[in-house]
Amino acid sequence: MKELSLFLGCLIPNRYPGIEKATKLVLDRLGIKWSELKEASCCPAPGVFRSFDKITWLTVASRNLALAEEKDTDILTICNGCFSSLMDANNILKNDAVLRDEVNSHLKKIGKEYTGTVEVRHIIDFLYKDIGAHKVRNAIEKPLEVRAAVHYGCHLLKPTKDRKLGGAECPVFFDELVEATGAVSVPYEGKTSCCGAGGGVRSAMLETSLKMTEYKLERMKKAGVDCIVDACPFCHLQYDGGQVELAKAGKTYNLPVIHYSQFLGLAFGYTPEEVGLHLNAIVSPGFEEKIASIQKGNKLLE
Amino acid sequence: MKSSEILTCFQCGTCTGSCPSGRYTSLNVRRIVKDSVKKDISGEPDLWMCTTCYNCQERCPRSIKVTDAILQLRSEAVKKGRILPAHRKVCRFLIKTGHAIPIDDVHSAIRKKIGLGAPETVHKYPEALKEVKKILKSTGFDELVK
Repeated sequence: MKELSLFLGCLIPNRYPGIEKATKLVLDRLGIKWSELKEASCCPAPGVFRSFDKITWLTVASRNLALAEEKDTDILTICNGCFSSLMDANNILKNDAVLRDEVNSHLKKIGKEYTGTVEVRHIIDFLYKDIGAHKVRNAIEKPLEVRAAVHYGCHLLKPTKDRKLGGAECPVFFDELVEATGAVSVPYEGKTSCCGAGGGVRSAMLETSLKMTEYKLERMKKAGVDCIVDACPFCHLQYDGGQVELAKAGKTYNLPVIHYSQFLGLAFGYTPEEVGLHLNAIVSPGFEEKIASIQKGNKLLE
Repeated sequence: MKSSEILTCFQCGTCTGSCPSGRYTSLNVRRIVKDSVKKDISGEPDLWMCTTCYNCQERCPRSIKVTDAILQLRSEAVKKGRILPAHRKVCRFLIKTGHAIPIDDVHSAIRKKIGLGAPETVHKYPEALKEVKKILKSTGFDELVK
């Protein structure tokens, strides 16, 4: 297996940098060798750019892939959108010589070439398959006794024939990683349903996208969870920023939204601030007190 | 849209029943699939209500790549200049900055405060940004979304 280059994308470095920081902390703590994928751009985002022009989408993605090829590293993504664009583009280009030639005719103008020699991973897929939930469990220092609503996000799972992470109706791998931290992954209705952000819907039709978010939040809240754990900054934005937008219509949920990198960071003993929870729009003092109490080793009163 | 795969659709409606957007919007995937083989539907606003969640594609009993078909229909719309203003804005961000969501002053300051420097992306490397601009020109994307 090759070493990993961390692909940042847009939303994490530019809107939720706490997730970037937490990811670097947990990769180091787990002894995973990684380096920055310098000079990378937008993946580019699957919803808008893939819809707009397939060749442009493939070409910009192939430039990012070529950067990893030059370093002879695989790509590690921390966003379902980046995972989707880069993995799908990689699969398409590996198997279609005509498209590969076309993309390379554009890359040639900047002195680059796509050859199809690296793989694209998502941190959840990597931790589950290459590290293993048991190893993650063994590394935990502060078991997080919290109730979590796990949100996989569509593009981590689908299309299943390309993702190769099992079925999309009742997946368990992410839950296993969440439960490895000591948390309980609480079942809730509509668990694999979309957050509402994708496909350019959030950017162009915010109200419509929030209806889907509300569907999810209602059911998470009903299940009595302490927080939402996601694997994608776009789902993260939709739940976190979405709660602020829904609050304007009088709908409040107050559910802290936590990327798995941040969640794992908490279980390693990093404070909520160190993993960037204070940078969310929804800040829950109650949740942070609970974490502080767990990290101090105090048994919580039932 | 000419597609032998789509012609195998027997209108069972699993796609529509599985669509999270269709619960709240006029998006009716079954109808889109049906109409797409008969006429030009690139002007339909419903095409842009799809979150590309892939439920329809996963559950289609004929294994029709339904979501991919919607993406293709969208690109036909774009070729005809049918682009929503918000999406055009996102495209301009990509052309100008190499990111669909570029950094701003607020988040630059936050990065600094939490001990992160400038992101190691095209934001930090102007020569790399020039490369992205060059390929976007080469594929004709800048003209497409002008």
